Amino acid sequence: MKDLTFETLLAVFEEIFGFGLFWAMVAAAAMVTVAFLYVLIRDRNLESRRLVRAELLAPIGAFAAILFVQAMTSSGFRDIGGPIDVIVLILIGAAGAVGVTILAYVAQALIGGPQRR
Amino acid sequence: MSGLDAMVSSRRGFLGLAGGSAALLALGSAPAQAARVKTGAKIVILGAGAAGTALANRLVDRLEGAKITLLDARKQHLYQPGFTLIAAGLKPVGYSISATKDWLPQGVTLIEEAAAEIDPVARTVTSAGGTVLAYDFLVVATGLKLDYDAIPGMSLDLVGSNGLGSVYAGPEHAAKTWAAMDKFTSEGGVGVFSRPATEMKCAGAPLKYTFITDDYAVRKGTKGKVEIKYFAHNKAFFSVPIVSEKLRMLFGERDIQTAFDHVLIALDPGKRIATFQTPEGTKEEGYDFINVIPPMRAPDVVRASGLSWADKWTDQGWIEVDKGTLRHARFPEIFGLGDICGVPKGKTAASVKWMVPVVEDHLVAQIEGREGTQIYNGYTSCPLITRIGKAMLVEFDYNDNLTPSFPGVIAPLEELWISWLMKEIALKPTYNAMLRGKA
Repeated sequence: MKDLTFETLLAVFEEIFGFGLFWAMVAAAAMVTVAFLYVLIRDRNLESRRLVRAELLAPIGAFAAILFVQAMTSSGFRDIGGPIDVIVLILIGAAGAVGVTILAYVAQALIGGPQRR
Repeated sequence: MSGLDAMVSSRRGFLGLAGGSAALLALGSAPAQAARVKTGAKIVILGAGAAGTALANRLVDRLEGAKITLLDARKQHLYQPGFTLIAAGLKPVGYSISATKDWLPQGVTLIEEAAAEIDPVARTVTSAGGTVLAYDFLVVATGLKLDYDAIPGMSLDLVGSNGLGSVYAGPEHAAKTWAAMDKFTSEGGVGVFSRPATEMKCAGAPLKYTFITDDYAVRKGTKGKVEIKYFAHNKAFFSVPIVSEKLRMLFGERDIQTAFDHVLIALDPGKRIATFQTPEGTKEEGYDFINVIPPMRAPDVVRASGLSWADKWTDQGWIEVDKGTLRHARFPEIFGLGDICGVPKGKTAASVKWMVPVVEDHLVAQIEGREGTQIYNGYTSCPLITRIGKAMLVEFDYNDNLTPSFPGVIAPLEELWISWLMKEIALKPTYNAMLRGKA
């Protein structure tokens, strides 16, 4: 293994998704993150009711993420061959779950307006 | 932004991050950023495939004022690692095709002609159109020739019909091979697989396709009427002994018949008979599907140039380079890069990735009047597909040592989903980044 630089990593991602899509996704992820921080600061805490509702969607996000990856790669659960495969599966599921939860929370907070006290 | 976009972006983003970084680490190196060296050197690169293109992109970053000329008659750039996926029915023909010129940097000259003559004494290359190019440095990155003519009866025009396949011949032929293999695995019969007795590019590819064909028979429920036979050219399934043993076990598990010391020497496509040379004489094998992989040799222009080894691979003509520095043994201003090199291993794109920085280092060092330091250790990587959805990430060097990029995490001899993910989604982007000189 030789050097792995941030620049190399970016180059590979640009190749995977295409320059435009990759940076659009980075921008989208950044916007959701900023929106999340915005509602956090605006409301001064995480509102539990919204969070719980958002978390209800987490399992759906997890399964959707896993099935999406499998569909994109012509593979399935029968192809899990070793510990690293289980770990990758869990990480993909976790990413889907967290992503959907944050998105759902932000959407509720933006639509619902500031928290009522 | 819609909710769906965000979900997709986060998932795909993660997927890319995981796969991309994994493949990068497996194959990767990054360009060394140094001050650009001023020079008026004339550098000719024969071949604008993976090796020639990657080197051109890196030299442009390293050298200021160099006159870099590439010669390649092929207008299409072919992503060869994709051929197996096309022949497996998973990717369209276009997956492996792009334009050669689209990968080349500004400031280099591409002559869209083959080389007709190389004169290493006069230090000139003559193109097919008669242009004479004088050089200070020559990089031979022509790739190799698929010698179909060496198998009497074989015709590329017949690929796709009568159970005849040939994955190596190109993306269109890979697609035609898929049509023949798809039919075979639906109808049943005998499938014959082999590899040539010469050095070859990607020695894992014949094996992958054997496993993939078997997998389709299993998936279609036709395994009972499909008989698959793999014929090795010598007494091993793979040049690395520990991998060969693993393959023996896999063939056993899958109920694939095997035989050693069989070399395909003739074909009767009409009668569907393959003739093999064996220590006991010639032997005929009937087939319903065959994947023909021809002998591989240096292109004629290279063999006529006097650059080949005089005492090794005399029937194949690979050029005489130092296996560590890739510099020619008799002409220090000539380097070999990629498949054309007469070295014990390394006819893969992953090898190219590791060879390019070595040639770059020694070439730039020579211009600067110092010694280069980088050494190529024979690194080769092969995501050896064992069925659709699983692969073994086999990496090794000149000494048959396994050189796993992720020891203890991605086991080299374990059939894993993650290795498949790398082949399916992360390999081509990594390859493209390499072409651009960025990985």
